[in-house]
This record gives sequence, structure tokens and C-alpha cells, in this order.
Amino acid sequence: MISLKSVAHRYDQQQDIRFEDWQIDAGSQWLLLGASGSGKSTLLHILTGILKPTQGSVSIKGTSIYDLSSKELDQFRGRNIGIVFQRPHLIKSLSISENLVIAQSFAKLPTDLKRVNEVLDALGISHKKNAYPDQLSQGQLQRVSIARAVINKPALLIADEPTSSLDDNNAAVVLDLLMQQSGANQATLLVATHDKRVKDAFKHTYELS
Amino acid sequence: MSPIKISWKSLWSKPLSSALNMMLIAFGTGILTILLLASNQISQKLDNNSKDIDLVVGAKGSPLQLILSSIYYIDFPTGNIPLKAAKELSRSPFVKRAVPLALGDNYNGTRIVGTDSNFVALYHLKLTQGKFWNSDFEATIGAGVAESQQLKVGDTFYGAHGLSSSSDVHKSHPYKVTGVLESQGNVTDNLILTNIASVWKMHDDHEEDNKKHDDHEHDGEEDHKELTSLLIQYRSPMSVAIFPRMVNETTNMQAASPAQESTRLFSLIGVGVETLQWFAVLIMLIAAISVFVNLYNSLKERKYDLAIMRTLGASRGKLFLIVIIEGIILTLIGTIIGLALGHFALQFIGHYQESNQARLSGMIFLKEEIYLFVAGLAIGIFAAIIPAIQAYRSNISKILSKN
Repeated sequence: MISLKSVAHRYDQQQDIRFEDWQIDAGSQWLLLGASGSGKSTLLHILTGILKPTQGSVSIKGTSIYDLSSKELDQFRGRNIGIVFQRPHLIKSLSISENLVIAQSFAKLPTDLKRVNEVLDALGISHKKNAYPDQLSQGQLQRVSIARAVINKPALLIADEPTSSLDDNNAAVVLDLLMQQSGANQATLLVATHDKRVKDAFKHTYELS
Repeated sequence: MSPIKISWKSLWSKPLSSALNMMLIAFGTGILTILLLASNQISQKLDNNSKDIDLVVGAKGSPLQLILSSIYYIDFPTGNIPLKAAKELSRSPFVKRAVPLALGDNYNGTRIVGTDSNFVALYHLKLTQGKFWNSDFEATIGAGVAESQQLKVGDTFYGAHGLSSSSDVHKSHPYKVTGVLESQGNVTDNLILTNIASVWKMHDDHEEDNKKHDDHEHDGEEDHKELTSLLIQYRSPMSVAIFPRMVNETTNMQAASPAQESTRLFSLIGVGVETLQWFAVLIMLIAAISVFVNLYNSLKERKYDLAIMRTLGASRGKLFLIVIIEGIILTLIGTIIGLALGHFALQFIGHYQESNQARLSGMIFLKEEIYLFVAGLAIGIFAAIIPAIQAYRSNISKILSKN
């Protein structure tokens, strides 16, 4: 479903970072391991279509994403890729449900409040839907950001260090939710981390050296 | 969710700085609105009042003062002219109509004007009640006077000596209101009209008290009678070239052209108006810079937000639009508040103005206000364009990896 072919990237004057070819099947769950500085973020950005690699190609669901125009790529990303960041980063001026609605409208999909409620329900935060981000705890915010990532039923759900700023309890809950949500939405899950607490949950691992 | 709503929500999340920006814009626009409305109304009043008057003849002195006192009724007269000389001028072949004016008394600050039926014809006056003055001490009052002084047909009042103070009241002869004029939208709304003889008699009484004994010349009645000024309509355009020069050179009186003097007056006021205009433009400029700084700073804080929007599928163009719309909303609301403020302030000023003749109104709307509106929009776009381009160009991969 997702394939990475002879991809390499070079920042300004530095050395090339080369990435092994990678084939990800639809619905599978992967762990991306790597020490900081190994190019983990670079690879994630390349996979999510926000950083064009200096060479190689990335295709998702049969679309070679860097052959799309900037606008098409933005829309493709909005519809097919859900991203959970290390910190939740919700838009502070919008309420929780508006933060989800905005994800629908940026992907040029019709506003579907039923879907918003469904996702918030599944993540156990529907009682906070009219609250604003600064009224929620860190754990709750991370759930909202998972809700935002899956709202458009993406084919690929990418999480970048989703647990590193959370305590053991919350980390386990968030990981559980990610697995569960990717399963429920038939999304391929890719979690990038250096967090040892996460490792055992995954069968497939892609390691950066 | 539309970009407009996103921008709106974003402005609401920082109400203080948004309000400050709107206030700056509103003050700038407000001052410009006041200037625009006031100068427009003043020049219109000037034109309206001197519409059919080609020339004013009065005693020698400042021509501007003569115009101000005889057409706008706001300054003191330059002095008096002999009735005999005035009558001679009235019969001149250059003159189509000559309206005599005798000023000198007031009622609670409203000027009492002694004149004849030519005045009615000159200003095309019509009555709403009663009839025009006919005999001595009968008065016809303007619509504004009837309202502000609560006078109606049949009422009586005492005139006071001078043009504004009511300390020296002529108790001997009360005026009787015989008619109320239709509102004309010019000075006649705020005048009390009577015949010239009433004004003379009022003052003869004074003189009689003083020089009862050394008054021997009862036969030369006309000789010592005086008028304040004459309003003149020319018979033909040709008169413009000859008549004023004739008056100025061959008589002891002076002729002043309302058109010329109001242009001069306006150019004097114009300096002040221009200064204020630049001041308002300066405020607008500061407002534009403030909107720019506000958007620029908020962009720094929101860099991450905007990057996230991109990852959610928003295009560069959409981010550009969101930032531009924020600028436009700020200045547009500011402009609307400013326009409203300007009208309100002018109405307020008008309410407390002493002189009835030059009263300003905030209820008049002008086509030119659209330009202020457009200027407000332009400032919004101008202030937002650099931040918007930055939002458009931002490298989201770099922003996201910096965390």
C-alpha cells in the first residue's frame, strides 16, 4: 500500500541521509525506531508529504505523492494521512469539536457532526466537545489529536513520538487507542518512537541506523 | 468551516490587541469622517446662503466681516450706511433687486432683521402659519426660531439691544409674532424678520432720551436714517465688472462679493482642515502599522497552528487567505465604528453649538464616505500582505521539526 523506493534526502550542505526501501501493507501496524538524529523526523516528513526528498519516490495507495502539485498534495494529505504529533497542537482559538470540523473542511469533505461525535465518543472525550484546548489536560488533548487524525478515516495513521511526553498510564492508554482506532478505521498505523515502553506491542519494525 | 470563521475566531482569541487595532482605525476614520462631513456641510451652507446674492454693500471695513454679518449673521456689522445713499444705489440700472437690512437687536441670541418684501422674494420664503409682517413691531420668525424659542403666532417678545447679549432689553415696544416661515435649510430658519421702521423706532427711543432738546431737524427725516447693508442682485452679468468698482470708488461705502469672500474664508479654514486631515492620515498610518505588527507577532505564535492546518490539508492559498481576512476584518470593523463615531460626534457637536446659523448635523450621509470605507479595506490588505505572504511561504517541515 505504501512504498518507499531509493529515497535519500540532503539538507543544505550536509551528507545524504539514505533510507532503505520499505513496503507497508494495508492495515499493518509498524514501529519506526531510531535514535534522535538518525533521520526519523525526516523520514516521517517525507512519508507525510511535507518534505520532498532530494531523490527517490514515495507512493501511497498507488499515488506517487511528490508528482502531485502543492495544492493536490495538501488535499491528498488531508484525506489520506492522519498525523498525531508528540504534542497535541490543537488550534487554540477553536473548540474541540471545531478542531475536528476544521480537519474535515480542510480536506474538502462535508462537515459531518455525526462522525465528530462518533470519534469523540470512541475516545471518551465527547463531554469536552464544546471546551477549548486550554481547558483540557495533556492526556485529554492527546486523545483529541488522535480523534483529529482519524476523523477523515485516513489510509495511513502516523504518530510521531505520541507517548514521550506522557506518564506510563497515559502512554499505555494512548498507544492502545492508536492501535484500536487504526483497526476500527482500517488504517495502516506507523508509530515513530524511541520510547521503550512501546516496542513490545508491534510485530513489524523498521529501524534506522 | 470557512476561512472567514477561522479568522474571526482567531481574532476573538486575543480580544485586547484586536480591540486596540480596531480603536486606532476607528479614531483615524472618525476624524476623517468628521472633517469630511463638517467641511462639506459648511461649504454647502456657505453656498446655500449666498446662492442668489451677487454683492453686499455696507460700511467700509473688512469685506469678510461685511459678508459674515449680512449673509451668515455671525459677525458684527462693519457699521451703518446712510439710507439716502443706499436708495440711490438701489435705483442704479445695474441692480435688479436691492434688499435693505437693518441689524442691531436680538431676542435670546436670535438676530432681529429689519428688511422689506424684497427679502422674502430673494430667499423665496414661504409661510407655514400666519402672515408676513406688515406694520411696525410685527415679526415673522424662521422655523428654527419657532422651535428653539417656543414662539407661535400671536406671541409677543421683547428685543434686546446688540447682537447676542440680552442685558439691554427694549421694554417699550414688544414684538408680536404674525407668521412662521417654512424651513429653508439656510440662515432664514434662524432669523426674526420685521420691517425697518421697527428697528429704527426701537433705537429712536434711546436717542430721544439722550438728546431730546437739541433735535431741531425734524424736516430732514431721511437724512439721518441709516441701514446696515444692502444685498444686491445684478440685472446682468455685465454688472460684475462695473458696479463693485463704482461703489468702492465713488461712494463712502464698500462692496463685497459673497462668492469671493467665502472662497477666501474657506481657504483660511482650509489650512486647519488640512492639518487635521494629515493628523488623521497619520493615525491611520499608525493603525496600519499596528495591525501589521499584531498580525506579524501573532503569526510567530501561530506558526505551528498554521503548519498543522497544512498537515490537515489546507493549501498555501488558504493560509494566505486566512491571514488577509484577519487584517480585513480588523480594519473593516474599525472603519465602520469610525464612520459611526464620526457621525455621532458631529451630531453631538451640533447639539452643543452656540450659533444656530452654522449648526452641523451628524444625520447627513455622503457618497464620499464610501472612499473612507475603501481606504479602510485597502489598509487591512496592505497591513496583512506581508504576514500573509509569510504564511504562504512557510516551510512546514522545518516548523514541525523544531517543535
